[in-house]
Amino acid sequence: MPTRTFIDAIRETLATEMRRDESIIVLGEDVGKKGGVFLATDGLWAEFGDERVIDTPLSESMIVGASIGAAVNGLRPVAEIQFADFIFPAFNQIVSEAARIRYRSNDGYGVPMTIRAPYGGGVHGALYHSQSVEAFFTHVPGLKVVVPSTPYDARGLLRSSIRDEDPVLFFEHKKMYRSVRGDVPDTDYVVPLGKAAITHPGSQVTVIAYGLMAHYALEAADRVGEDGISVEVVDLRTLRPLDTETVLESVRKTGKCLIVYEDNKFGGYGAEVAAIVAEEAFDYLDGPVTRIAGPEVPGVPYNHALEEWFMVSPEKIADGIRALAAY
Amino acid sequence: MAATTRSDTRPATSDLAASVGLVDADLVEMYRYVALARALDERMWILNRAGRIPFVISGQGHEGAQVGIAWPFQRGHDWIAPFYRSIATCLTFGMSPRDILTAQYATATDPSSGGRQMPGHYGSRQHNLVSVSSPVATQLLHAVGIALAAKIRRTGQVAMTSMGEGSSNQGDVHEGLNFAAIHKLPFVFVVENNGYAISVPAARQVSVPNVADRASGYGIPGIVVDGVDVLACYVAARDAVARARAGQGPTLIEAKVTRLTGHSSDDQQTKYRSAEELEAELKRDALPAFRAQLIEAEILTEAIEASIAAKIAADVEDATDYAESQPDPDPATALHHVYAGDAGDGPDVAPDADSATETSD
Ligand SMILES: Cc1ncc(C[n+]2csc(CCOP(=O)(O)OP(=O)(O)O)c2C)c(N)n1
Ligand SMILES: [Mg+2]
Repeated sequence: MPTRTFIDAIRETLATEMRRDESIIVLGEDVGKKGGVFLATDGLWAEFGDERVIDTPLSESMIVGASIGAAVNGLRPVAEIQFADFIFPAFNQIVSEAARIRYRSNDGYGVPMTIRAPYGGGVHGALYHSQSVEAFFTHVPGLKVVVPSTPYDARGLLRSSIRDEDPVLFFEHKKMYRSVRGDVPDTDYVVPLGKAAITHPGSQVTVIAYGLMAHYALEAADRVGEDGISVEVVDLRTLRPLDTETVLESVRKTGKCLIVYEDNKFGGYGAEVAAIVAEEAFDYLDGPVTRIAGPEVPGVPYNHALEEWFMVSPEKIADGIRALAAY
Repeated sequence: MAATTRSDTRPATSDLAASVGLVDADLVEMYRYVALARALDERMWILNRAGRIPFVISGQGHEGAQVGIAWPFQRGHDWIAPFYRSIATCLTFGMSPRDILTAQYATATDPSSGGRQMPGHYGSRQHNLVSVSSPVATQLLHAVGIALAAKIRRTGQVAMTSMGEGSSNQGDVHEGLNFAAIHKLPFVFVVENNGYAISVPAARQVSVPNVADRASGYGIPGIVVDGVDVLACYVAARDAVARARAGQGPTLIEAKVTRLTGHSSDDQQTKYRSAEELEAELKRDALPAFRAQLIEAEILTEAIEASIAAKIAADVEDATDYAESQPDPDPATALHHVYAGDAGDGPDVAPDADSATETSD
């Protein structure tokens, strides 16, 4: 099976989907000739031309708002927001419009649109090129939120997202673009939205993570494994809809639940997972539902010492696992 | 638009109709829509005062511009992303009086939203009318995206959106006009300038005398038209549609209209508008002006007017009775249609078969 980097899996999937379905267009800043600032759309403009690969002005609200309109009139737009940090000018279009148009029109209109955005820290991107923005959107019924962690999942989930009839936010951790490789078959497989994966089976502590943190959780599981702690890692893959069943099944088995996310802790996505576990699996718990997440500062600071301080690491996760396992 | 049958096989064309390239029957139909929109609107206020419907947001004073501007767009082919005052626009584009009034009552069979949205948030997939939301000006980008898809798919469609002058200050308007102009999209932007954004006068909303003055910043035509003059509105829109269809890009049309009511049923406009001003604004009402124009041109005869009035009265009565008789949505359906296929496709309670079609001839 061919191995690919995370970003190659995404780029090739965009190309194969565009070949399969003429109604797919790609639009965003620098996505054309340049192929995107991370080269996620490299080669698409050469193959599909100006009409299907559109270099937009710097207008994020327009990128999303016009994608909504294009979707209403028969296209399947895949919009790129250059960095997740710059999605906020489009917040109103995503939350007030894309998420609600089906509900408010009583199924009259729907928006089959995918918004791709690179997110995440650990890349010397500082406050405005490092953010994890998923919690702003997972809160919203009507949206789907996907965060793949492997090239295999990136391909299968991107296919599902593009083919979905509703708006999907597809967050790609930029640190993984070239550092993560994996097997990616050439077949037309999909990974369904809303299904988590157990990436490391274990019996004593459940660690729930997504994106880059799903990799760090695996590293942490290996480390504590040396101390004889058996960890089950659940990679959520889709944050909304959440695969509650897989999460609860694992926690009911292990009795201990640690949730890991890169965003600052307070009100982050993991808070919702913690609440669900507390509500639905209380009788099975042998310790407090715990979270390892970012500190309470409004962005990732730049200097490498500060950035390291901010970022959740395999070590910090391993410490969290050990503390929880001790209950 | 359906022409009235006459004994003469050629449709009658007065000088007035000929001067704008239409026939008399078109003008009569346009008048009927202006008057129908007014009558429905007035009924909404009566129902509000009678405690039957909790909220009204009105199009009174805008109807002439709306009908004139919507007229050259092709029903069921072109697209309109309307706003909350667009009753006449929606009627002209195919929604029925029943469709308008079930939205006021928020019934299960309201085709705009199945009772989920506040009154005034019209929309119809069947008629290519995009669902209205409350945050103003967002719909401009949807119309631009629709125009983009029309261009890419080569459908020949033109997309229009309308909003007030206050709303035209939103950033989405700038982002959308710029993009539409760059790509010469088949798009028409209509500003219905009624001089107020709730209580704030246009001079405190817009830094230039006309919103249309801003068009030059996008390199597109900006046209100011008197909203009292229905046929001038028609001509401006007709030319804009022709430009758009010919691949020459967007046009901004600003119609100077008046707001004959408060902002909504929750607003007392006498608090911020003088009695003299309100009195003077009555002269800027397109309904009597258009009527006088058509009588003067001998297009609107007494007989035609009487038959229009009777038809409108019957339509408004029918729509009221129908809306009154319709069920509330069932809370058991309130979780439906958050996502596709949540509860099958389409509304839980379909409108009566005949309500979706226009009740007029
Ligand atoms: C983004 C947003 N801000 C504020 C409001 C509240 N609001 C609704 S209509 C309105 C005034 C709009 O004025 P204008 O655009 O001139 O249209 P008009 O009502 O006069 O037709 C305001 C402030 C809103 N709906 N959306
Ligand atoms: Mg106004």
